Amino acid sequence: MKYLDEYRNPEKVKSLLREIESVTTQNWVIMEVCGGQTHAFLHHGLDAMLPSQIELVHGPGCPVCVTPLEQIDRAIAIASQPDVIFTSYGDMLRVPGSSKNLFAVRAGGRDVRVVYSPLEAVQIAEANPDKQVVFFAIGFETTAPANAMAILQAKNKNIKNFSVLVSHVRVPPAMEAILSSKSNRVQAFLAAGHVCAVMGFHEYPPIAEKYHAPIVVTGFEPIDLLNGLNSAVKQLESGNAVAENQYQRAVKFGGNESAQRTIRSVFESVDRKWRGIGVIPQSGWGLSPEFQMFDAEKRFDVQNIFAQESLLCIAGEILQGLKKPPQCSAFGKKCTPQFPLGAPMVSAEGACAAYYKYHRDVVYE
Amino acid sequence: MCLAIPGKLTEIYQKETLRMAKIDFGGIVKEICLEYTPEAKIGDYALIHVGFAISLMDEEEAQETLKLIKEISEFEDEIS
Ligand code: SF4
Repeated sequence: MKYLDEYRNPEKVKSLLREIESVTTQNWVIMEVCGGQTHAFLHHGLDAMLPSQIELVHGPGCPVCVTPLEQIDRAIAIASQPDVIFTSYGDMLRVPGSSKNLFAVRAGGRDVRVVYSPLEAVQIAEANPDKQVVFFAIGFETTAPANAMAILQAKNKNIKNFSVLVSHVRVPPAMEAILSSKSNRVQAFLAAGHVCAVMGFHEYPPIAEKYHAPIVVTGFEPIDLLNGLNSAVKQLESGNAVAENQYQRAVKFGGNESAQRTIRSVFESVDRKWRGIGVIPQSGWGLSPEFQMFDAEKRFDVQNIFAQESLLCIAGEILQGLKKPPQCSAFGKKCTPQFPLGAPMVSAEGACAAYYKYHRDVVYE
Repeated sequence: MCLAIPGKLTEIYQKETLRMAKIDFGGIVKEICLEYTPEAKIGDYALIHVGFAISLMDEEEAQETLKLIKEISEFEDEIS
């Protein structure tokens, strides 16, 4: 219990832990979808305070981790060309491609820039009409409204030297892929609060019903996480399976509708490959026909780049909740945050990096 | 990039076609876009994803969320 004093309200945390303990009578496997939640569970030591019957598994909700290797290689191929300014969210620069990362491309003299907002990439394009400016548009539903607005801006302003390398993923199809897999172990989900701040949670009731799995929209603080778990365990114990919102202060059922409208005007649903997992049907967004002229994959002819993951890396099994990071033979040995072999070790939101940082090197059997 | 960061709106203005604002993240001031939260007023706290306000929140929630972000970014500093 050594971390308890750090909490804003330790009494509330203790009483929630007691409540969870008192309702838990069986073994349950619960997945927190979002990497920010994984990080928070481990940081606060909550995983170790839960009743032993509750096993947390860590979901694929880290966009850096699931962006496919070939997309990283395509980014590197584009960024390596002369007269290109390649722009990206900072987290992507360290992600290992097949042979190097974007930091190495920059060190080799090419123009790779970190932007805070995709609108900055559009401004860079406006200011550098003699260069091709490419933005690496990755992320879940949380970054899509921003990326969509940047593309709309470029269209409205008729900026011809701007394009986007798109690798957007969506949470609900990933949940369905996990639940429908033959080897699935996940019985309930804590859904990612910030994704739901954008999208709402109207997509979840049908999934909860179809797979008979409770889905609880959950925030990121200790009390949020425990509230989410408490609801999930209560549903599991009573045989219920509905979509519930435990993050009401930030999430409405319908989400942010104006953001969703903008997303729909720029993107359409496409099949998307997830790093380590493979293709999940209709699990991503790609540019809709009206915006194809902004597609960097076509502009730079990098569609035919394919890549092979490190054979040691078991990120796919980790991202689906089938294995824990210490069960990977490379964990903490060949693969560390300084020298990552796979994406979940690169990002602070990745499960492998969180286990490494918080010394969860126990192997669960 | 996926974890939204809360901040306080200190200035609201129009920039070309977009409604923009200055936002204070505990001392660091950035420009963000308000197109998705047109109801926002100066003094409000907003959750910001990659330069866009996605929802509004109260001050206490904003402070707590900031703590968590700080921990994660310290980790980023540590490993980069
Ligand atoms: S420890 Fe490294 S190699 Fe192993 S699964 Fe995680 S990222 Fe992949």
